[in-house]
Amino acid sequence: MLEHDVLVVGAGLAGMRAAIAARDSGANAAIISKVHPVRSHSNAAQGGINAALTDRGDNWEDHAYDTIKGSDFLGDQDAIEVMCRAAGQSLIDMEHMGVTFNRDDEGKLGTRAFGGQRVARTFFVGDFTGQALLHVMFEQLVKSGVQSYEEWFVTSLIMEDGKISGVTALEIRTGQVHAIKAKTVILCTGGCGRLFEPSTNALIVTGDGMGLAYNVGARLMDMEMVQYHPTTIAGSGVLLSEAARGEGAYLRDRHGNRFMEKYAPNMMELASRDVVSRAEQTEINAGNGIDGCVHLDCTHLGERFIMEKLPQIRELGIDLTGKDMIKEPVPIRPGMHYIMGGIKTDIDGQTNIPGIYAAGECANVSVHGGNRLGANSLLDTIVFGERSGSHAADASKGVSFSNFNPDEVVANEERRLQEILDRPDNGDRWSKIRREMGDSMNRNVAVFRTKEGIEETIEELQGLKQRYSSVPVHNKGKVFNTDLIFALELGFMIDCAEAIAISALERKESRGAQFRLDYPNRDDDNWLKHIVVTQGELGPELSELPVTITKWTPEERKY
Amino acid sequence: MDVTVKIKRYDPESNNADYVWQEYPIAIDENATVLDALIQIREDDDGTLSLRCSCRSAICGSCAMKINGQGGLACKTKASESMDKDGVIRVEPAGNMDTVKDLVADFDMFWNKIREIEPYLQPEGEVPDGEYVVSNESMLHLSAVTACILCGACVSDCTVLEVDKSFLGPAALAKAYRFTADPRDGNEDGVSRDRLKVLGQPSGMWDCTRCNMCVQVCPKGVAPMDRIMAMHDQAIEAGYGNNNGARHADAFIESVGHTGRLDELRLPVKTVGITNIPALLGFAPVGWRAMTHGKLPPLIHKSVEDVQIIRNLYRKLEQ
Repeated sequence: MLEHDVLVVGAGLAGMRAAIAARDSGANAAIISKVHPVRSHSNAAQGGINAALTDRGDNWEDHAYDTIKGSDFLGDQDAIEVMCRAAGQSLIDMEHMGVTFNRDDEGKLGTRAFGGQRVARTFFVGDFTGQALLHVMFEQLVKSGVQSYEEWFVTSLIMEDGKISGVTALEIRTGQVHAIKAKTVILCTGGCGRLFEPSTNALIVTGDGMGLAYNVGARLMDMEMVQYHPTTIAGSGVLLSEAARGEGAYLRDRHGNRFMEKYAPNMMELASRDVVSRAEQTEINAGNGIDGCVHLDCTHLGERFIMEKLPQIRELGIDLTGKDMIKEPVPIRPGMHYIMGGIKTDIDGQTNIPGIYAAGECANVSVHGGNRLGANSLLDTIVFGERSGSHAADASKGVSFSNFNPDEVVANEERRLQEILDRPDNGDRWSKIRREMGDSMNRNVAVFRTKEGIEETIEELQGLKQRYSSVPVHNKGKVFNTDLIFALELGFMIDCAEAIAISALERKESRGAQFRLDYPNRDDDNWLKHIVVTQGELGPELSELPVTITKWTPEERKY
Repeated sequence: MDVTVKIKRYDPESNNADYVWQEYPIAIDENATVLDALIQIREDDDGTLSLRCSCRSAICGSCAMKINGQGGLACKTKASESMDKDGVIRVEPAGNMDTVKDLVADFDMFWNKIREIEPYLQPEGEVPDGEYVVSNESMLHLSAVTACILCGACVSDCTVLEVDKSFLGPAALAKAYRFTADPRDGNEDGVSRDRLKVLGQPSGMWDCTRCNMCVQVCPKGVAPMDRIMAMHDQAIEAGYGNNNGARHADAFIESVGHTGRLDELRLPVKTVGITNIPALLGFAPVGWRAMTHGKLPPLIHKSVEDVQIIRNLYRKLEQ
């Protein structure tokens, strides 16, 4: 029988950090992931990780304030305090583990500027910081001896008397279904970006953890807060890091003007992401773009500088647009990138369901509120991954495993999956339904939103849900049946899409990433609160939670 | 743009135990990558096709496979540049590994080799309170190696692994170099003596034949072979030069420096050592085959005509 005190689902940065922390706290910890850990999407974080180091004259309160302002005052300030206080030590820990951070002239950790922050406090490894961190965390996972179930897909959470007792999982390589008992489960499955089309997100980012948790009664909070990144490549939607602007790149319209002057005269290109994305979209809509894009101009930075600080994104630009940023500007546009919302947790990663934790992008602690600052996501994963792992390890002490019959559970799950495989082959495949959903979300629940648009998408989602209930799976085999996995993922994505759309419709104001053309102003009197979605008997149900404010009073947000 | 993607398919569950080549004629965007084409096939034409892929931007390392016979990332390979004159692109799973299904290779061997090199920083000195103070140059140098995304393209095409599965291989060895070259790893001078000793054992760094294949196919410019050669220097400097690999290198240098060409007859003798009778006897069958096929090197090794030029070059290098 497979059983673990702490079972972490997802092996990105948050997941591996959680598993290592749980193990360090003496728990029998394991990690389960649908891809090998180093294939996780934490890889894609390019620009860096924020921390206020006191020996550099910075302090955590300034970092906290920038984060809170960036969040448009929707972030919970107690959680933000926890993150910003812990940042320095977390950063040094990562350096000690072996991350090859760029240095300054004295050989100490070097910094770069990043959006929405008044000082340069972003630490980095070239322009592949996420990959550098992820690989080092994997090294530590190997060192820790934590058991790792690689290429296993969690299909459901097993509940008993309202609390978690384990998971069922499909071993992708063999098609075998397993039941794993667990005293605590930490969901670290990342965001749900693929429900938008296009998206910067990797194809594996399908909201699995959010969907799993939602289906057993967990709360999804701030789901309307979807970040559109200002610099993505048209077509594929692949990301070009904010590091480019952090290192001095300009945004220009078709006339060559740096249009950010109009929108953020002080911070210019380094205003918060929501602000820059809106500015770009406004210019594109006004006919000042170039084929639906604006230009990211790095030509003044020089070849040597670009090769040292931005080598990977230069390659990406060449590979995907045919433009070499050393020589010419690269066309970019706002694209779906990150979800601030997620499974509501406290500062130790606990959800409202006993024994279920969440950390990383799938969670909402909430440190990002209405808009996440660049380079705060890596920090979020490490700080709250560690806290969740330690807390779950302690919570599982003295608790016994559930005595459910694994054979029975496996047989039920096998039957459910077999029913899906046995469906007739007619009808639209998951790929078509997903694309239609993605187009609809990107059309109506994007940078600018209206009541009519969101309602249209909600209606379309109902139709897609209906079609999904009989979605066929063409591959009937057991071994590496990704056709089946994609069909299952789509179910999680549709639940997330619905939660996003109804939350966006509910919030009748503009704050952070949510901009309602029909309610263009922020309205603290009525909407300084979190919107929560839970699964009811007849579909999603809405409720509210207050925003925690410690010492920073909401004020007008200008950059 | 019309293209025919020819995929080497394998289904362990089918009655046909062997692979089959299947052709998919499709229309793709001019800018499409080979991965875009494969995803299109999977989503629109054939749900039974299995492959690994995720980020689409050469950072996750999932989609390494053989494209027209050479290892690489499907997401970093333009379809338009991969077609032959008939518009065909040939795609098959990564080499040197078993196939699980279609384009999915069994990476167990790959990950085991990574684990074998103890892939985590092992400082011997005291850990500072703050960060380690090290030069930016040293970190930039390492970052060029940690840019490795462990995709396995180099392992797929490694010519040593083709004949000897016990070889640690280019990816694991490049990863090892990432530690041996890290000023924070090993003793206070940043020398990773224990690692260099272990990596110098058979199947380790000296088994690389310097064919350069890994350098050619690496999609991230990691140049594994160059790292392996840099590790050779580290090992010799750390006093681990008394082994076949290092002696082989020395014999190479000596022979060329002396006569301007390789003395193929004496090279193996010097590599294993003149007193190593069992190893020398082991060469007998090879020698016999060479002789019977008329391929035995001349017994008397002559210098090249302008050997003086080469000797002068050596002298200059030594200076």
